[in-house]
Amino acid sequence: MLTTEQIKHIATLARLELSTEEEETYGKQLSAILNYVDKLSEVNTDKVLITSQTGGLVNAWREDEVKPWNEAEVKAALAQGETAGGQVKVKRVL
Amino acid sequence: MELNRLNIQEARVKLDSGEITARELTEACLEQIAATNERLNAVLTLCTETAREEADEADKRLKAGERLPLLGIPYLCKDNIMAKNIRVTAASKILEDYIAPYDATVIKKLKAAGAILLGKTNLDEFAHGASTENSAYGPTKNPWDLSRVPGGSSGGSGAAVAADLCIFALGSDTGGSIRYPAAFCGVVGYKSAYGAVSRSGLLSMTSSTDVIGPLTKTVADAATVYNVIAGFDELDATTYPGERLVELSGDVKGLRIGLPKEYFVEGLEPEIKKSIDKVKEELEKAGATFGEVSLPYTDYGIPVYYILTPSEVSSNLARFDGIAWGFKAQEAKDLQEFYKKSRGQGFGPEAKRRIMLGTFALSAGYFDAYYKKAQAVRTLICNDFAKAFEDFDLLLTPTAPHPAFKIGEKNSDPLLMYLEDIYVTGASLAGLQAISIPTGLMSVDGKMLPIAGQLIAPRNSENKLFKAAMLWEDKIKINKTNFI
Repeated sequence: MLTTEQIKHIATLARLELSTEEEETYGKQLSAILNYVDKLSEVNTDKVLITSQTGGLVNAWREDEVKPWNEAEVKAALAQGETAGGQVKVKRVL
Repeated sequence: MELNRLNIQEARVKLDSGEITARELTEACLEQIAATNERLNAVLTLCTETAREEADEADKRLKAGERLPLLGIPYLCKDNIMAKNIRVTAASKILEDYIAPYDATVIKKLKAAGAILLGKTNLDEFAHGASTENSAYGPTKNPWDLSRVPGGSSGGSGAAVAADLCIFALGSDTGGSIRYPAAFCGVVGYKSAYGAVSRSGLLSMTSSTDVIGPLTKTVADAATVYNVIAGFDELDATTYPGERLVELSGDVKGLRIGLPKEYFVEGLEPEIKKSIDKVKEELEKAGATFGEVSLPYTDYGIPVYYILTPSEVSSNLARFDGIAWGFKAQEAKDLQEFYKKSRGQGFGPEAKRRIMLGTFALSAGYFDAYYKKAQAVRTLICNDFAKAFEDFDLLLTPTAPHPAFKIGEKNSDPLLMYLEDIYVTGASLAGLQAISIPTGLMSVDGKMLPIAGQLIAPRNSENKLFKAAMLWEDKIKINKTNFI
């Protein structure tokens, strides 16, 4: 069972503001889900390698070269946040 | 004949002979959307103007004698795939006003092929779900029974194809999200092998299992769309050339098909089991051979999936920080608070649940016990399939344990919804290709609802898979009434 402290900690790590009600609900639901997935501990995986991809591709390299991207697309992509002087504006960090 | 009810092959003949124009076909689909979408809520964004322009352009190309499989064919696309200058929401409030700055590779390919984009379809927010109830824009309804879900997460695409709002649709499948709605809506849904279709321009969910694919009215249509969208793409390093589908036929002589015994257990609706027996019978009559096979780690598929998926989701959704695009919270004092408020207010409940679960599974002290453990069990699941494919070319299974359920029936308990994926996560985790095809209709509360089965195949065996699929469809047809 996850404690409220743990839920608050996870929410901070995940950069999510949660209401007290959400903390309670997610606490219960996450505990139930984790309880269910604990089923995995039945499986002996001592000598089993992990699978992180199924593509079977090994070292899909390409040349690391700078290529121009369509200017209009770049502009359209950057125009959707708050900008100032051609730069993306962020809140103060400190 | 209402033109929107045509499938790709039927429309192809009429377009090529000049009997109809792409513009007429497009207008018929737009009319059907206008007439039904208020009830279905399948389409989130309509591209009426650009669709008409694309249709007129296709007509010019047809007139000039050009002949291509999808030239002049109107389609809808799940709203987690980017089409340049068109809003892409992922059914989330966090992207409500976001305009896609570029085309996904699949969209680029469909444009070049002359297909016409009608609009974008509803989904579970960021494709998180099995019912399309997790959309921030309201659930999509199943056209067979409006009180039921269309399945998910590509529920808008499934409902749209079933109710003839388009000629075909694109969806994405991470752990069943094409096959599940295809089963619930009585259409064909094809999830290609991982890496066979480029993911460039798909809003990432679970990068290690995400696949884009077609939902169609026929098996041949799925093959046609697949042939156009598949292939290596330098913008997605996981892509590989794959096998193209050639000379579709139902010649299944000598095909060895396995029935995984763990997929035919308690909880499977008996009528679905019976309908799959019928598929087996037909394939046997045509020369395929059958045998039982065991996939011992089947039961661990869902626990593995619901560790790996939230983990990859939490990482992929970290990019939604409210800064360069998307929803921005007001009244935040500093950057940290701005992140927390923007994300807390912008994401819906299931997205937040998965972000939390994934953040936990990846956090210090838990990474080995959850994420690495799940990756190791994933290896055992992959090995199960690899072993089965030593003796068999294909596997035949149900797609869903039951027909479409009622809206609201399962969405209060996330675990209950996760268990819906029981027959579809395996192929996703192992990166295999799989197709869901209707097996019949069953009566539930006085309404006829579609039921379906699934064929699973290893990579680079597209032609074998589609042979069995073609024969299946040829022998077992469902009668679609014009229900809406």
